[in-house]
Amino acid sequence: MKGVHAMRPRPNFAPRKVNLRELMSRTIRIKKGADIRLKGRPSPQVEAASATATYAVQPPNYQGIVPKLEVKEGAAVQAGSILFHSKEHPSVKFLSPVSGTVKRIQRGEKRRILSVVMDADGKGESRSFEKIDPATCDAQRMKEAMAERGFFPFVEQRPFATVANPEDMPRSIHVSGFDSSPLAPEMDVVLAGREAAFQSGVKALQCLVGGDAIHLGSRKGQKFFDGMEGVNLTVFDGPHPVGNVGVQIHHTAPINKGETVWTLHAEDVANLGETLTSGVYCAKRTVAVAGSEHASPKHMTTTLGCEVKTLTGGSIDEESVRIVSGNPLTGSRTEASGHLGGLHRQVCLLPEGNKSKFLLADGWLGFGFDKFSLSRSYPTWLLPKSKEFTMDTCNNGEERAFVVTGQYEPVFPFEIYPVQLLKSILANDIDAMEKLGIYEVAPEDFALCEYACTSKIAVQSIVREGLDRLMKELG
Amino acid sequence: MKAAHKLLDAVRPHFEEGGKLSKFWVVYDSLETFAFTPGHSTKNGVHIRDGVDLKRTMFMVILALVPALLFGTWNQGHQYLLSIGQISVADPLMMAFMDKMFIGAVKVLPLVVVSYGVGLGIEFLFAGMRGHSINEGYLVSGMLIPLIMPVDVPLWMVALAVAFAVIIAKEVFGGTGMNILNVALTARAFLFFAYPKQLSGEIWIHQVKASADAGLLADGYTGATALGHLASTVGKAPTDAAATGVMDMFGTEGMFSLTNSFLGLIPGSIGETSALAILIGAVMLIWTGIGSWKIMSSFLVGGLVMGLLFNLMGLNAYMTLPAIHQVVMGGFMFGMVFMATDPVSASQTERGKWIYGFFGGFLSIMIRVFNPAYPEGVMMAILFMNVMAPLIDHYVIQANVGKREKRMLSTQEATA
Repeated sequence: MKGVHAMRPRPNFAPRKVNLRELMSRTIRIKKGADIRLKGRPSPQVEAASATATYAVQPPNYQGIVPKLEVKEGAAVQAGSILFHSKEHPSVKFLSPVSGTVKRIQRGEKRRILSVVMDADGKGESRSFEKIDPATCDAQRMKEAMAERGFFPFVEQRPFATVANPEDMPRSIHVSGFDSSPLAPEMDVVLAGREAAFQSGVKALQCLVGGDAIHLGSRKGQKFFDGMEGVNLTVFDGPHPVGNVGVQIHHTAPINKGETVWTLHAEDVANLGETLTSGVYCAKRTVAVAGSEHASPKHMTTTLGCEVKTLTGGSIDEESVRIVSGNPLTGSRTEASGHLGGLHRQVCLLPEGNKSKFLLADGWLGFGFDKFSLSRSYPTWLLPKSKEFTMDTCNNGEERAFVVTGQYEPVFPFEIYPVQLLKSILANDIDAMEKLGIYEVAPEDFALCEYACTSKIAVQSIVREGLDRLMKELG
Repeated sequence: MKAAHKLLDAVRPHFEEGGKLSKFWVVYDSLETFAFTPGHSTKNGVHIRDGVDLKRTMFMVILALVPALLFGTWNQGHQYLLSIGQISVADPLMMAFMDKMFIGAVKVLPLVVVSYGVGLGIEFLFAGMRGHSINEGYLVSGMLIPLIMPVDVPLWMVALAVAFAVIIAKEVFGGTGMNILNVALTARAFLFFAYPKQLSGEIWIHQVKASADAGLLADGYTGATALGHLASTVGKAPTDAAATGVMDMFGTEGMFSLTNSFLGLIPGSIGETSALAILIGAVMLIWTGIGSWKIMSSFLVGGLVMGLLFNLMGLNAYMTLPAIHQVVMGGFMFGMVFMATDPVSASQTERGKWIYGFFGGFLSIMIRVFNPAYPEGVMMAILFMNVMAPLIDHYVIQANVGKREKRMLSTQEATA
């Protein structure tokens, strides 16, 4: 396999009995990819963010969800009360992260619901759920328990990279134990002290698919998952996107046509375990607040859907600073008055790149010693590996047709031809998309391709389009 | 620079929709974005973008062409002075340097101007019609075309060839990034087939016919290129007097010796003669990662393999020419570094690039030797491989698709 060096023979992805000790030492080294060395990485210091006035659950954060409201403006809610559910799969329920009242339901074009905003009352009242011991539970009951406790929105499925359908029986469940994206939170910091909760979460997932089928990817040298029971642990080493769960699936148990797998964020696994055992809805978010425009990048603990300004602190000139909820490659733009995205664990402050640049100074023909580039036409590759860069949000050029080849492949650690797959999507050739492996990928896996693209093509949105079209086609 | 930007901003309304000059928006837009990377910020998807863009990429290729351009300019003057016997091969190369550069520049500059003028003119026209912005693709093609022209080619022929190449090879397929054939080579092929007599005639050394008529031509100068001489040996036995006469020119003392061919001190198209200058460009392209080292190296290997096979056969004088000599002559090096590596018309898969390059080199030498009517086999070989590239990619991709299907079947078996 090109680009991958397995120190041990690659595991057969068919279900089989595995020796735990053997698995513990399995390391897969991925060579393709790139770490974008941005300035403003979060320090391991953790701070609790102050409670905010409002919290929001935003349906557009969850792929493929058409919300059906269960509350009206002004309704009183507790933490754990149902706000809305998915029209298509009513057991995908979205719960309020706090107690208070529904302040407003914000709608966009065609009355699409953009966000359900709660006024927090600060009382911290919570709906109480039955306590469940994950060790003694069957699959059906566990699915019901997860649905009731609002955890399906946090389960993503592949193919299609959408919110999972609770009626599916996934082949396996995959959890990435680390985040390799630029300015990412350190997962050992995020999960610190939550070993028991995580372990309960794993046991809960085991009820759904059995012991062998929970795959966990950890980073070389990471300690947190040592001794975790009931997981198929694989150690990964290499540059971003090695932490993407899609990459890990591809290198441990690739998805074939007709198979479905589920993925969860590691913190949501711990939240699930905690919710099940304590009976109280836990929607904890440990967020890396980072970026070159932040004075003291660090980790902060907060709750799902909190206001962005409590994380960023201070006042921000939004003309010259962009606030990104999520990581700089896949996140979405937000404002200080906005709310943290439902699946995001990062808030990044980046300089806005809306000023034109003279060609010889900082434009396209400059030397570019201060630019981080994957192209060797810039001197980045000659500079010391420890140098960190401030990058603004300038497009650095205009969109063009595909010209340069061989540019996506070095940052795309899949045995898939990225450009050909994109072209099959642009040509709306469903058959070709399937054959070229669209089942295995999510838009985030293409983020680095988009970053590196000379022609400034919107790669991720093309992939999203292809996945949506395929999903529609297959019904 | 603020003043310049203010000026651009001031005249901008005239070019915008409804303005007096709105038809020329494309021109304004391309000039503005040339001078200033626009302050467009990212919207959806990634929030940060790599600094590289198509302008920079294309500019790097033009930089890589500069050594060949400068050497070519000098060499055209050099060849002219040699042909009229004003200097001899024994004289130091730097002698009459400015004269040589001047003679060369007078011939080369108009070619460059015509190539860019006609080509960009058509590009602007199409971009305006389609409402696109200008793609930078022609910046490179426009420099490649003069470099593969004979020095005395009439300018109207160049203009016609450029127009043909840009319209037929590129714009009808949808513009930059969509073409199947290399644009510059299409221009050359057009001339080759439309004006075969003129192209095989006396235009390879400046004013060679006039010099001959005036009786000025130095001994051994006929105005033919190395490949033209070699082509004349095909069909004759290796021992034939005429053939050995030609082969002597390729010996260590001859006009087309290995050293002269490598350095480029021979008549030929403007930019193609010096393997050395071209290799400097190759180093720049590989260094910046813009030219595919895979295509270049496999192309070279392909050419050497074919050359060695011919050496083994040795059926005629041409075949006995050492393989290494074959690859430093004619357009081989130029085609290898600047034409075969055109990412749009080459194979697009990494595995495909090896195959594409190898057969490109292999066929170049094969066509050159087998078919004396086509002395410039490189052009034919690369255009042929341009056509074959999608097929190569198809099979490379099918192998990947097959692998995925096989994996699916084996999983189904394991779970059944």
